[in-house]
This record gives sequence, C-alpha cells and structure tokens, in this order.
Amino acid sequence: MKERVAIVGIGVTGFSSVSPSISFKELTYTAAVKAYHEAGLHPKEIDSFITASEDFMEGYSIFDEYVPDQMGAVMRPVQTVTADFIQALGIGCMMINTGRFRTIAVEAHSKASNVKTLNEVKAFALDPVYIRPLKENADFLAGLEMKRFLEETGNTEEQCAEVIVKNKANALNNPYAAHAASLTIDDVLSSPPISLPLKELDAAKPADGAIMIVLASEKEAKALCKKPIWIRGISWFSGQGNPWCRDFAYADYAQLAAQKAFAMAGIANPLKDLDFAEICDEYSYKELQHLESIGIARKGEAGFLTQTGVTKLGGLLPVNVSGGSLGVGHTYEASGGMKVVEAVMQLRHEAGIRQIPNAKTGLVQSWRGVPTATGAIAILSNE
Amino acid sequence: MKIENVPVKGLSSDEYEKTLKISWKPTLQYAWDNGIGIGKYLQSLKEGKILAAYCEKCGRIMLPARAFCEMCFRPTDKYLPVKDTGTVNTFAICHVNWDASRLKPDEPRYIPAVIEIDGASPGQGIMHLLGNVEPAKVRIGMKVKAVWKPADKREGSITDILFFEPY
Ligand SMILES: [Zn+2]
Repeated sequence: MKERVAIVGIGVTGFSSVSPSISFKELTYTAAVKAYHEAGLHPKEIDSFITASEDFMEGYSIFDEYVPDQMGAVMRPVQTVTADFIQALGIGCMMINTGRFRTIAVEAHSKASNVKTLNEVKAFALDPVYIRPLKENADFLAGLEMKRFLEETGNTEEQCAEVIVKNKANALNNPYAAHAASLTIDDVLSSPPISLPLKELDAAKPADGAIMIVLASEKEAKALCKKPIWIRGISWFSGQGNPWCRDFAYADYAQLAAQKAFAMAGIANPLKDLDFAEICDEYSYKELQHLESIGIARKGEAGFLTQTGVTKLGGLLPVNVSGGSLGVGHTYEASGGMKVVEAVMQLRHEAGIRQIPNAKTGLVQSWRGVPTATGAIAILSNE
Repeated sequence: MKIENVPVKGLSSDEYEKTLKISWKPTLQYAWDNGIGIGKYLQSLKEGKILAAYCEKCGRIMLPARAFCEMCFRPTDKYLPVKDTGTVNTFAICHVNWDASRLKPDEPRYIPAVIEIDGASPGQGIMHLLGNVEPAKVRIGMKVKAVWKPADKREGSITDILFFEPY
C-alpha cells in the first residue's frame, strides 16, 4: 500500500439473538463510544465516516441518512458502502491513501432480529427471472453448493460437522458470542434437514450487535496509539455471479481476493506466514471451501486439516478462534467486522483465554452470503 | 395521463399491459426495537406528555427525547416533559394521499407541519399534522396545541396525538 493504514480503535457491543432493550442507533452509539475512546479521538476529529449496510436489512431506504447521530457524524461526510464491513474497511484505506484523510470511522451493525421476514429479504436477493419463480428457500443454494463441493473435493459431511463442533466450542471462550455450544458430531449429523446435504446446524444463526473501527494514516496512528494494528493487504472480488454457471467446488472470489491481498502483504506461504485466520463460516462447508480457495489448504484437504486439529486453538493455524459466524452469530454486513475485531484483539494480545501465543499476522475473510459470489480478505499485523 | 396522449409513437395502454413481464410482490416486515430514548418518548405519549431530553454540555432541551446528544456525543443527562403547545415552523397543504393518489375535492386536505414545542430549545420541532383549521388560514408562527386521543385509546405512538389545532 502507498501509505500504511492502521486500526487505532475498536468498539463492539457483543452479540445476542435479540436485543429489545436497545435501538439500532443506541447499539451503534455504544460501539462508537468505545472505539473513539480507544482511539483517543472525539468524533469531530474524525475526517470521514462509513457505514456498511444494506437498506433491505434495515427497513429504511437511503439508510445512510439514519447513521450520523450515532456515529457522531452530524454535519460531517458520511457514506454507505452496501457491502460487507471488510469492503468498507478497504474503501477507508483507499481514502486515507489519497492523503486527504487522516482518520476514518467504519461502522456495521446487525438488527437481524428486527427483520420479521428475513427469508423474504434473502429471497429478494435471488434472480427474479431465473431463480425466484422456483419459490425455494434461499438456503437451497447453499445445499447445492455443498453437494457439489463435497462430491468434487472428497471432503465429507462429518468433516463439515467438525467445523461446527470446533467453532461453537471456540465461542464458549468468547464472551461476545451468541451461539456458543458444546456439541458432538452426532448432534450435527442428526440435526433436522434444510436442503440436504445442508442441515439446520450447518447454517449460522442470526445475531444482533454493532462494531465500529477507527482507521488512521501511519503518521496519525503512531501518534495516537501504542499498539496500532496494520492493514498489510486488503482486497475484494466478485466471482461468477450467476449461480447456474458457477464452479461450486471452489470460491473464485476468495481465491482472487487472496492472491491480491497476499501480494500486497508479502505472504508467500499462508500456512506458515499466518498465525491465525478468521474465515467466513456462514455455512459449515464454507469454512472448508474458503480454506481451499484461499490456498491455506490444498484442494480436498481442508476437512482433513480440521479433523486432525490443525485449525483448532493450539493447532498449526487456528481458524475462527472467535467462534466464527457459527458460534458468534451471523450478523450480515457486520460479519467481516466481527472477524476484524477478533483479529485486532489477537494481534494486541488482548484475547484472554482464547489468545493465540505470539500472534503477529492474521487473515480475515468475509463473504456476502447467498446468492452472492462476492467476498473480501484483509491481512492484519502488529508489525 | 393516458399513454395515447404522449406525443411519440408507442404502445397503447392495452398493448402495454399485454407485454410479457416478470413481477414479484415482496413481503417485507420489520419490528424495530425502540430501545431507551424512543421507548421513553413513546411511553410518555401514552401518558399524554411530550418528553424531551436535556444535555448539560450544550444546554439543549431536545425533542424527541434521546439517550445521547448527537452534537456533543455524550449521554443525555435527564428526561423532562415539555408543553403540548408550540409554534408552526413550516407546513404544506397536501392534495394527494400517501400513495400519491388525488384527494377528492370534498375530502379534507392534510396539513403536515413542523411544530416547535414550547419548553424545548429553539429549533427543536416535531413533525405532526394540523387540524381543525382552514388550510388557507394556516400561517408560519401560528400557535397550536395538541389534540390527544382518549387515554384508553393511546398505544405509545406519535398518533396518540391526533393533530395540533390553533388555540
Ligand atoms: Zn449536547
């Protein structure tokens, strides 16, 4: 990157299935206060503000008009990035790289519990000509992708179940998590079918929560912060958008974003150069598919790595020590944000009982969910 | 306007209706959590009071009540009821419905207005409707008072006030 960009403040509310005691504005405000406190900045000192949000999930058109109050951004420049938090973070980095902004605040939140017709919103993302008239729940796309992925790579349903057991157990160590559980492989395999091979426990459950992150230019970061966390590489891609002509065995968007982010960050051997990865696990098989597409695992080997403990806390490359979306909760456009927060805590060595010893460099990845083939990757480091 | 009236060569209304199209009717439903600020404000309306919030730092008495001052970016310090009277800041006279369909000539016109409430800081208005007044008689600066729903009909919504009328 032209000039290095660092994370100098994080704020997170914690996640829960419902949050009736707090409005979405108050939720974001809570995260924002923490982030600005960490950064040692009043919002008036922040140069520009970004919200990663999707109008349909909020129930407001032109949703960015409803965020300045809680971000401290009244009469300040604000924009929506209608994408995952990590993509918004990338926009923030580019703004700082222009040299015209020293600090940027990026927000994302989920009030998924307030969307009473969540499945309709998901269906509304399906192609109205070629898919929607089939009137199938949007999760069917995950089912058919999982089928083809397992068939072609030789990974198994049992190995997908291992992902769920691992991530939900990791979440037991994360006080922010909404869906922690101690499960067995059999619990997962016998959970009710959704779109087989996809079963109920294979899909992450929604959660509410908010995240705010403050970015700063290198000069500003060093002045503000004892432990700036550097964004060494960041990239996002859209792959084959039409699901009927996709190669379901791998995630093209993740592969493309990884190549670019690794090149920026100088990562030659991800398994060796990374200390941990927070991977999109909105569905169990997605963690395996993403690991193989990113190049952390060879094709057909992600399940084996999971089964043999390589990706558990204490393994060679811990994956989703936060608990991932399966354990913390699916927070839609905030999903990547939750993972960035975990990475920052790990790299500051402030992750408590789930701390990865001597963590120096980590990868965070997001995917925008069905039916998309869009995702982002960032490489974060404390050096 | 009928399509036939448009001075270009095109399809008739009937022909247009017969073209093949894909249609979809979304069912979108939301139930937003009120939380602290909005929750207190709406609960207060149910009790027949308009509730404001006070910020010690900027000294503003703000409407509607809120949990934090968006200008000072700090929690508000207390909630306090203000009067249910105020001054019309601006208004419009609407000849169309919510869906832009025309009101019939004999139907009353809607008069949405911003009303600066007595007891709140200058410029702290709420959005509501004016009633019991001829549209031609409404003026900026007019003094108005809330007309409330009967107590047993109030449900914690801004419609617990029916409208504001001159007094
Ligand atoms: Zn104030």
